[in-house]
Amino acid sequence: MITGSIAGIGAGLAAIGAGIGIGQIGGKAMEGMARQPEAAGRIQTAMLIAAAFVEAVALFGVVVAFLGTK
Amino acid sequence: MDLRPIFSFKKIQSIAFSAVFISMMVFSATAQVHEPVEEPSVTSSEMNAPHEEKEEDISQTILHHIADSHEWHFWGHGEHKVALPLPVLLWTNNGLVSFMSNKHDGNDHGTELFEEKGQQLVNFHGKYYYPAQAKNHHGAYVELDENSVPTNAKPLDISITKNVVSLFISVILLILIFGSVAKAYAKRQGKAPKGLQSLLEPIILFVRDDIAKPQLGHRYAAFMPYLLTVFFFVWLNNLMGLIPFFPGGANLTGNISVTMMLALCTFILTTINGNKNYWGHVFTPHVPWWLYPLMIPVEIIGLFTKPIALMIRLFANITAGHILILSLISLIFILKSVLVAGIAIPFVIFISVIELVVGFIQAFIFTILSALFIGMAVEEHAAEH
Repeated sequence: MITGSIAGIGAGLAAIGAGIGIGQIGGKAMEGMARQPEAAGRIQTAMLIAAAFVEAVALFGVVVAFLGTK
Repeated sequence: MDLRPIFSFKKIQSIAFSAVFISMMVFSATAQVHEPVEEPSVTSSEMNAPHEEKEEDISQTILHHIADSHEWHFWGHGEHKVALPLPVLLWTNNGLVSFMSNKHDGNDHGTELFEEKGQQLVNFHGKYYYPAQAKNHHGAYVELDENSVPTNAKPLDISITKNVVSLFISVILLILIFGSVAKAYAKRQGKAPKGLQSLLEPIILFVRDDIAKPQLGHRYAAFMPYLLTVFFFVWLNNLMGLIPFFPGGANLTGNISVTMMLALCTFILTTINGNKNYWGHVFTPHVPWWLYPLMIPVEIIGLFTKPIALMIRLFANITAGHILILSLISLIFILKSVLVAGIAIPFVIFISVIELVVGFIQAFIFTILSALFIGMAVEEHAAEH
């Protein structure tokens, strides 16, 4: 019998969403950099900012899972 | 992570920087390996306990490690505990009460009362409460709710805790480092940087050219002091949190109060620097007038969600990193086999190295988002839609 908190499943789902999101951002940024290597610096900064916004959603999931395990 | 702006300075500078960075990695990695030495005393005493309870204990141990505390714990438990006691300051009904934390930490299960300045207090799991009228069924003078959280009234706790001491240490470090660098700039005007100055100049220029200028345009100079302070404060504390023993080890940037104050500083800066266009965008957005009842509340909520997201992002990233490292070490005790260490410890080292990068990226993200939000507030003309 496996026991645990359903909040863990929620955190996992949030991680899936963020994984898809960050994967898209990273992939498209790579594409952009391959097309225009001279803009790589600016693309990377923009990529990190966008990734931070997406990642925040997954971290909200983690925080909720913390609160849920209590 | 784009390190090119940092490394593309003079060769000697980049070598010095990478030497420090790599030595930090190695230092943290070797330091992390020693951590299990501390753990067995925690878990070996629990070996006889039932299985479920033991797992609960491991998650309790992990949460205890990342939480704030009234003492700076080094190693050992019970009789053999080696810890640095820290002053406890409580604002009780009878005024300010102060004592060292080791005076009353013999019993933290709340079963004994102690008196300071005629005020009876009880220590329950490292926190100080006013005692309940009667003992509960565990013999403790606390009333617990259904989540085992005490509901007793508490005195206002303004103690110098582990996190506060860590904050003092990092602030003193920052003042020493940047005081000497600032003095060097004043003394060696027009000359090439030297020593610590040449280590920090590329990073300062990185903050100016890659964070402040693109987001704030020609008004960047006014916000550079704040951005530099917040960048180096967050970065230093992220790195200090990864050192598992004395001067480091406090989970300062993984404490939500600290990140809340940092985010609040950004919020205050954006609010007081917001110009006509910024507030116009909030209260008269470019939408048909009948959408105003919907849009204005959304825009007002948007003002607050930005700093809240800033707060949660830093807190959750650093806390999650610490929990990850401690969980991987705990695998050895969960699976009750020393052989697991062969897999767990290299993995811990790997995650520690990643955490060093995350520590830098989170400082960068916090600073660039602060600059972005301030930039939105001071923008001269409203963005075209």
